[in-house]
Amino acid sequence: MSKNIILCGVGGQGTILASKLISGAAMNKGMAVKSAETIGMAQRGGSVFSHLRLGEGADCPMIASGCADIIIGFEPGETVRLLPYLKKEGQVIVSTRPVMPVTAALAGSDYNGSEMLDYIRKKVKRVIAIDTERVCRELGSTKIVNLLLLGAAVKSGALGLDEEDIRKVILDRIPPKFHELNFKALEYAKNI
Amino acid sequence: MHQEFLMGNEAIAMGAIAAGVNLVAGYPGTPSTEVLETVAKHRPQDTYVEWSINEKTAMEVGAGAAYAGARVMVTMKQVGLNVATDPLMSLEYIGVKGGMVVLVADDPGPISSQTEQDTRHFSRFSKLPCFDPSTVQEAYDMIQDAFEYSEKYKTPVFLRSTTRVSHGYASIQVKDEAEYNKNLPEGFIKDTKRWVIFPRLSYQAHINIEARNVALSQEFSSYDKNRILYADSNRFPKKGIATGGFNYTYVSEALKALGEVKLLKVSTPHPFPEALALSFLTGLDEVICIEELDPVIERELIYIAGKYQLPVKIYGKLTMDVKNSGENTLDSVMENLTKFLGVNPPETSALTEADKAEMPELPVRPPVLCAGCPHRASFYAVKQAMKGKKTLFAGDIGCYTMGNAMPLDMVDTCLCMGAGLGIAQGIDHIEPDTSCFAFVGDSTFFAAAIPGVINAVYNQANMTLVVLDNSTTAMTGHQPHPGTGQTMMGDVVNKISIEKILKGIGLAFVETVNPLDHNKSVETVKRAAALPGVKAIIFKSPCIAIVKSDKCLSVDHDKCINCRKCIREIGCPALVLRDERVVIDDSLCTGCGLCSQICPVQAIGGEQHE
Repeated sequence: MSKNIILCGVGGQGTILASKLISGAAMNKGMAVKSAETIGMAQRGGSVFSHLRLGEGADCPMIASGCADIIIGFEPGETVRLLPYLKKEGQVIVSTRPVMPVTAALAGSDYNGSEMLDYIRKKVKRVIAIDTERVCRELGSTKIVNLLLLGAAVKSGALGLDEEDIRKVILDRIPPKFHELNFKALEYAKNI
Repeated sequence: MHQEFLMGNEAIAMGAIAAGVNLVAGYPGTPSTEVLETVAKHRPQDTYVEWSINEKTAMEVGAGAAYAGARVMVTMKQVGLNVATDPLMSLEYIGVKGGMVVLVADDPGPISSQTEQDTRHFSRFSKLPCFDPSTVQEAYDMIQDAFEYSEKYKTPVFLRSTTRVSHGYASIQVKDEAEYNKNLPEGFIKDTKRWVIFPRLSYQAHINIEARNVALSQEFSSYDKNRILYADSNRFPKKGIATGGFNYTYVSEALKALGEVKLLKVSTPHPFPEALALSFLTGLDEVICIEELDPVIERELIYIAGKYQLPVKIYGKLTMDVKNSGENTLDSVMENLTKFLGVNPPETSALTEADKAEMPELPVRPPVLCAGCPHRASFYAVKQAMKGKKTLFAGDIGCYTMGNAMPLDMVDTCLCMGAGLGIAQGIDHIEPDTSCFAFVGDSTFFAAAIPGVINAVYNQANMTLVVLDNSTTAMTGHQPHPGTGQTMMGDVVNKISIEKILKGIGLAFVETVNPLDHNKSVETVKRAAALPGVKAIIFKSPCIAIVKSDKCLSVDHDKCINCRKCIREIGCPALVLRDERVVIDDSLCTGCGLCSQICPVQAIGGEQHE
């Protein structure tokens, strides 16, 4: 089995940790992993991405247009930006919470992501959109967007990893004091 | 051997450790920084590691250790190599005793750099051998090869990486500790004929270097990472592709869809493996060169085709068949190759061209200073203090380059590390009625700004130096420097005081102020700017990514008059509009308090803990 996975969002949203959890889970299953991600200046509020390629046979850590099995988007506009990477019948997981760029706030823009979500729903058949802002409030933490999206990705089946794989990697890679919260988010995502 | 999941830069570091590296010195710079950090984290007890104050010093420290027989790695980004060029160009003639690898990470795009310069050129210019890995595994293997070649030929060698190799991750095969090479340095043996550069020595060394590079070109033709693949392609028997470095992986992926084409993979761009390339070119009618930055492989092939009078056309950047700037991508390479081969690209995308045309306008996200960044407050204080005056704000290299963004708009020039000081002086000499400021960060101050301050004082310039001291090297990921009192060996040492250095140079006005105290900051800038000569203000407040805040402000909407002065004046990412009202994003706000100090109706307050 091989899977091409893209995570995207805005610098500081935690795409890199999510990418590490997926690659860790795949490695635990003995799969070869290649990945590439944004590091450097763009991390300061710019558009960021991680490309992940699970399974044998990948020479390049990057994914070509039209070749991603799944896009996990932390922000609606950033998800649309990378949508050309999605393959036919590919899966999109997207957080509905917009991140307004400073330039938009200055211009008095009303950017709220809804136009982006409409476009995604219109063009892609397999979409799971999560109101992460509401769920974070409900679960009492802003730090679980990662696990909500990851949980939904697992549930969609497009990730090629199951819940047990993710639970195991959380135990491996995340400090114990956050385990319970992360498991709660994972559980919540199953029922979306 | 065992398997590990490593970033390219980590693989280079672990490869160097496996090769028995004794000393590593460097200066941070994206995309090279993690190499030295990884050595520091995993170093055997007797390996010495330092962040030098700049690349020139790192190169010189490295040279000294290599003279003593140590295995040495010196790390930097491509523009850092410019700083280290002086010692390197002479070291080329002197050579080394212990193996010395100069790790330089290039940045096609550029993604985080001022230039798109190509270290493969530098390798030709300096006549030093260059290794150019295409994958994380090759980076691990080739750094070890590089040490062997360096010692065999007693010369420094380059390991040139690019962003996607340095920052790519892969599960690779690495050595167990028991398999590591151990190198015990013999020590420095005095020999003035060997270690003291003189014209006569350089003349003789030049002859030897030229002969060595001819021999190396031969040797590299049989180096196992320089290869001809798919030599018997039936489908395209007269066409060939030449590539090297990370671009090999782009080509390799494209050929999975397009079928096999005779391929030359160049892993040593200098000395170029001429015999291998001749064998590749022979019998072909057309060749396309897929590479990033400069057309290095392309020019070498044109030279070889001319030298041996081969009837082959070479396409690439010089013929405008491959874009001559920016990063290649899987898509751009696929486009180059389908055009060259006369075939159609595979259609797999969920979006049609018509779908893409319907895409809504995407938010533009230039990188910005973080919410709560003290640099924002420093820039804003200077801006307010100098309102209505004729000013020049010379910027420099670091996070604070982002002070250029609207609405701060406080960076009029930016050139290279430390250049702001010289630029401010140059403009002052031509335009004496302009109040000239140079902004420089603390790490850049130690790396490149001190000579500029001395020059300003000596040559009687009128200018104000603003040191933005956040007690770290923030842009590259928070490395320590002489002002932090920590070393990469884990020692706590005396902090070198920027204030004392400036006073020692003889500046009449040197004051340190907390930029988050807005009124005091404005008042300090006004006093400094009014004085003649060279003045300095040190804005001292720690980077918000290091000293984590649990504070968060909020807008009292009963008081807020929705004038939006806060957004308009300081452009903090935590200040956003929701339903036409200003709100503070609690996931970003650090409670720095700058916005609350400029709100005309004191509507911003609180200090809620999360």
